[in-house]
Amino acid sequence: MSSKADWPLWEVFVRAKRGVSHVHAGTVHAPDAELALQNARDLFTRRSEGISLWVVKSNDITASDPDDRDALFDPADDKTFRHPTDFELPDEVANM
Amino acid sequence: MAADSDALQARFDRLIDADERIEPRDWMPDEYRKTLVRQIAQHAHSEIIGMQPEGNWLTRAPSLRRKAILTAKVQDEAGHGLYLYGAAETLGTPREELLDRLHTGRQKYSSIFNYPTLTWADVGAIGWLVDGAAIMNQVPLCRCSFGPYARAMIRICKEESFHQRQGFQIMLTLAKGTPEQKTLAQDALDRWWWPSIMMFGPPDAESVHGDQNMRWGIKRFGNDELRQKFIDATVPQADLLGLVIPDPDMYLDEESGHYVHGTIDWDHFWDVVKGDGPCNRERLATRVGAHDDGTWVREAATAYADKQAQRAAEAAA
Ligand SMILES: [Fe+2]
Ligand SMILES: [Fe+2]
Repeated sequence: MSSKADWPLWEVFVRAKRGVSHVHAGTVHAPDAELALQNARDLFTRRSEGISLWVVKSNDITASDPDDRDALFDPADDKTFRHPTDFELPDEVANM
Repeated sequence: MAADSDALQARFDRLIDADERIEPRDWMPDEYRKTLVRQIAQHAHSEIIGMQPEGNWLTRAPSLRRKAILTAKVQDEAGHGLYLYGAAETLGTPREELLDRLHTGRQKYSSIFNYPTLTWADVGAIGWLVDGAAIMNQVPLCRCSFGPYARAMIRICKEESFHQRQGFQIMLTLAKGTPEQKTLAQDALDRWWWPSIMMFGPPDAESVHGDQNMRWGIKRFGNDELRQKFIDATVPQADLLGLVIPDPDMYLDEESGHYVHGTIDWDHFWDVVKGDGPCNRERLATRVGAHDDGTWVREAATAYADKQAQRAAEAAA
């Protein structure tokens, strides 16, 4: 009995508590957004793990290509001056 | 072309050697992908088939509190199955295909769930022993090299410890109860002990995929090592309950500090794996029946979603 294709896949994001961002928790299948939220609630927040949920269709996510990793992220590697630790200052300059 | 794939393989090896995680869109060897889909799917199947033995006692739990606890546990097992199917799907095999492999018997689930739950004490023994053994197996998987599997396992392990504790508490209540209750507890231990220590799989010397899975960071410890850890942890717990491990040959090796177990009946294990355990047919038939019975619900929900989407489109036009 597998005439119908799977329900679409949704990515689930959970906000654990006030003051923190929603964080990816996993996926659910659901026919629409409303049921995706309901399924996400049952699956990811049975023990007060969250106070807010986002669901977004997996197909709607645009992700960077792993093959572009070097082109995208390598250029940052040789700009260590963007980090405060790159600057050696005399000990007298405390807490800067 | 060949140089390309060599570079990809080298990068994959470097990540594995550095104990980094592999993520779904990374290049990976076909065999690695296949091994993971099979292992994660069979793990998922075990979680959802595992709902059946305990589900058998949901309506007959001895108190409302025990019933609520058992319902929550069985619901957790459903959740574990869903986390794992989700992890397997990131490797490119759709959920429906994964379920189909279970329903057609092309893939297995853990043999432990092919034994019947004859009394309420079995619910205690399952939580204590079966979930206990599962925890031993699962904790190392939290460091599995494949990211989504490792993350699912972290979630699962957090939930498992309640499972084992509630089971042990049932055993404790029975073992400290009337003589009849204690007999029930001992009988459950007698029936679940050997299948539980078989959960770690055949001895490493006979295990097929062991070495490659170690190399890939999918497996971290050998079957025998985990089995020994489980036995060493569990024997003192049985003592505490005042129950007897049904292994007359078992003894404590003073030198190593390990309990040495008697001979495990691996022929029986393989019979159950091959389909001749006490409940294999019933478990699979129940699963397939539940799936088929749910068809109209899935179809109705899809039709409703389609209609809503169509209406929204019409209203926007
Ligand atoms: Fe589980
Ligand atoms: Fe469990």
